[in-house]
Amino acid sequence: MIKQKVRVKTFKIDDITVTGQSDQTVLEVAREHNIYIPTLCYLEGLSCVGSCRMCLVEIKGCRELAPACTSKIKEGMEVVTTSPDIQAHRNMILSMLFSERTHTCSVCVVNGNCELQDKTVELGLEHSLVPYLEQRFEIDASHKNFVHDPNRCILCTRCVRVCDEIEGAHALDLVDRGINTRIIHDMDEPWADSQSCTSCGKCVYVCPTGALYEKDISTEEKLKKTDIILNLIKSRKKDD
Amino acid sequence: MITSIQELQKVAENRKCSEENIPQELRVCIGSSCLSQGSDAIQKDLEEAVKAKGLQNRCRVKGVGCNGLCANGTLVSHCDSSKKEQTLYEKVTASDIKELVKCVEDHSVYKEKRCDTNQPFFTKQNKVVLQNAGVIDPNEIEDYIAHGGYSALFHVLKEMSCTDVIDEVKSSGLRGRGGGGFPTGLKWESVYKVQSDQKYIVCNGDEGDPGAFMDRALMEADPHKIIEGMAIAGYACGANMGYIYVRAEYPLAVEKLDHAIKQAKRLGLLGNKIAHSGFDFDIEIRLGGGAFVCGEATALITSIEGNRGNPRQKPPHLSDYGLWGEPTILNNVETLANVPTIIKKGAQWFKSVGTTASSGTKIFALTGHIKNTGLVEVPMGITLRELIYEIGGGVSDGRELKAIQTGGPSGGCIPVEYLDLPIDYDSLKSIGTIMGSGGMIVIDDSSNMVEIAHFFMDFCKSESCGKCTPCRVGTTQLTLLLEKFINKEASKADLELLKQMSEIVKSASLCGLGQTAPNPVLSTVRYFENEYLEGIKDD
Repeated sequence: MIKQKVRVKTFKIDDITVTGQSDQTVLEVAREHNIYIPTLCYLEGLSCVGSCRMCLVEIKGCRELAPACTSKIKEGMEVVTTSPDIQAHRNMILSMLFSERTHTCSVCVVNGNCELQDKTVELGLEHSLVPYLEQRFEIDASHKNFVHDPNRCILCTRCVRVCDEIEGAHALDLVDRGINTRIIHDMDEPWADSQSCTSCGKCVYVCPTGALYEKDISTEEKLKKTDIILNLIKSRKKDD
Repeated sequence: MITSIQELQKVAENRKCSEENIPQELRVCIGSSCLSQGSDAIQKDLEEAVKAKGLQNRCRVKGVGCNGLCANGTLVSHCDSSKKEQTLYEKVTASDIKELVKCVEDHSVYKEKRCDTNQPFFTKQNKVVLQNAGVIDPNEIEDYIAHGGYSALFHVLKEMSCTDVIDEVKSSGLRGRGGGGFPTGLKWESVYKVQSDQKYIVCNGDEGDPGAFMDRALMEADPHKIIEGMAIAGYACGANMGYIYVRAEYPLAVEKLDHAIKQAKRLGLLGNKIAHSGFDFDIEIRLGGGAFVCGEATALITSIEGNRGNPRQKPPHLSDYGLWGEPTILNNVETLANVPTIIKKGAQWFKSVGTTASSGTKIFALTGHIKNTGLVEVPMGITLRELIYEIGGGVSDGRELKAIQTGGPSGGCIPVEYLDLPIDYDSLKSIGTIMGSGGMIVIDDSSNMVEIAHFFMDFCKSESCGKCTPCRVGTTQLTLLLEKFINKEASKADLELLKQMSEIVKSASLCGLGQTAPNPVLSTVRYFENEYLEGIKDD
């Protein structure tokens, strides 16, 4: 492929004229301009998968809604980040996430430190719009420091990506399809038996919910440390 | 090695000469449908019986691809060049072998099992892509060459520039037969225009729709046509490597393609400097594990790369960022198989078949409650009535037609009032369904449309890759909601939720699977709402 030069593009987000570099996404430019678009699977520094669909925005002239995290900016494009239609989509998607597994905040270890919970507050969603599916998964507490509770997982794959792209271990991946999709360690072994896990804890730091958490610390201390990943990337870039 | 068009013609002549020495042929269908009824044993027994009678110099027994009328298999056709006619026999069993050999001996016709080829099933068809199906032996490249095979490739290499080929395909109006209906020439042009040292041609043979077997039949019956189409596409856009992605559940198709690729390489029709030109092109087969989502372009590419077959957000489109990040053309089996004929007969001829906006023919797999189950190729623009009642012979068991499901699990159900609608990409879209790859399931009045919608939604639920929330959770929620209607336990609010959730799954899902999964629900709610209302319990 022939490398394209990075150029500056001017376009509109919610009628505000903004500029960005041609290799940036709508979400990146929006964040630089303090325009809020909700996200769950997105994490700065990791590759974008556009899978949670929380960041869907309207791009004028496009038939379908597009995820802001993977949509590259274009000269003259007009982006709408919020409308009754978009709001309805986000509420339904969030409801679907809540219905999929067990997200009972009152008994969750990360109650108060959870991104899924935050989104609900931001969007003002008071109850799920769809019935609960009541799936049950076994908790893996075999690791000496960490616990994996698939019942709290929203399958954002941040853990999979951070382990592969930042730690370089690729100890985590997905198994099965559809509603049965699960995060596994190595070949679906107990975490403690994983040969490739370095116990670095990056997956735990980036998990947006209580699906991955540290043992032996109080709930109040179970803060997620997503900044660590970004600092790591920045310092690696400096070394280059 | 064949290096010139003259040498190609010589191979064809030699084959024809040898055929003339043996004036009769018994062609046994060994496509998957007939094979499942033991047609391979019939072929073997026929060969032995012909030999035992000392007729091997008068009659050749060969296995051929799908003849079309799968409902009446095993099909055997008898070609007698002395009488210049072909007789088709249906429902042939081992007990008929003696009679068939007698026909060869006496140049007679075995009336009892004769299939009437004057019925609309045969006369209303227009076989362009399936021209060689049931005629040539897919195991023999010489047979394909004798029927004009590879002449389009040689013509392209010697007489045409890349842009000439693209222009020809563009002006033919050929649209993607996988279902999307995107203009093929435009797709080729966009890859041609990208500057890159490496480009790829990928053939999508991952047919996974319930009730569809068009691509399987084509790969089994005429593998060389697909190879030739891919090589022409490679020449047109500057690609030197092609991959055929076939699901492993199609072992016979894989076997035929594999054999065909080896033969083509042996004769120098694939490989380096084809026909002494500067064009190199090679093809490899990649087996798919049978995940429906792998029919989606980006998931298919990811699967070829050796990863879990998950789709990714488009853009970037494959023409910019395809296989291993290189510009890639991804075409369906039927699309590529149309190409050699377009080159041979010209774009104008192709345009004269079908409708203005959808030129050419389309292969349909007729299944469900229909008399003539099978594979048919008809010009675009034919009406559903002609297809169901004339070609298909009408609804089976004397029942009434209720609906037609087109486009596979992601298509929609068409009610009887649209029977006179001409079938093409745009007309189907206008009534809320799609062409899809060509599966056509006929539904009679004994069926419940909510159950039909549930069947397809359940299929999509099991086949969802699980990557994006709307498809993963939405298809499951929709399946459960439909179950409520089937069990007559739904409420009025459930119907509203069903509609709302279908719209959101459609517009918010990441790839084509999720975006089209609610189509059977939306189309049945639109045309058969009363059946949903019957599922609402009275409070």
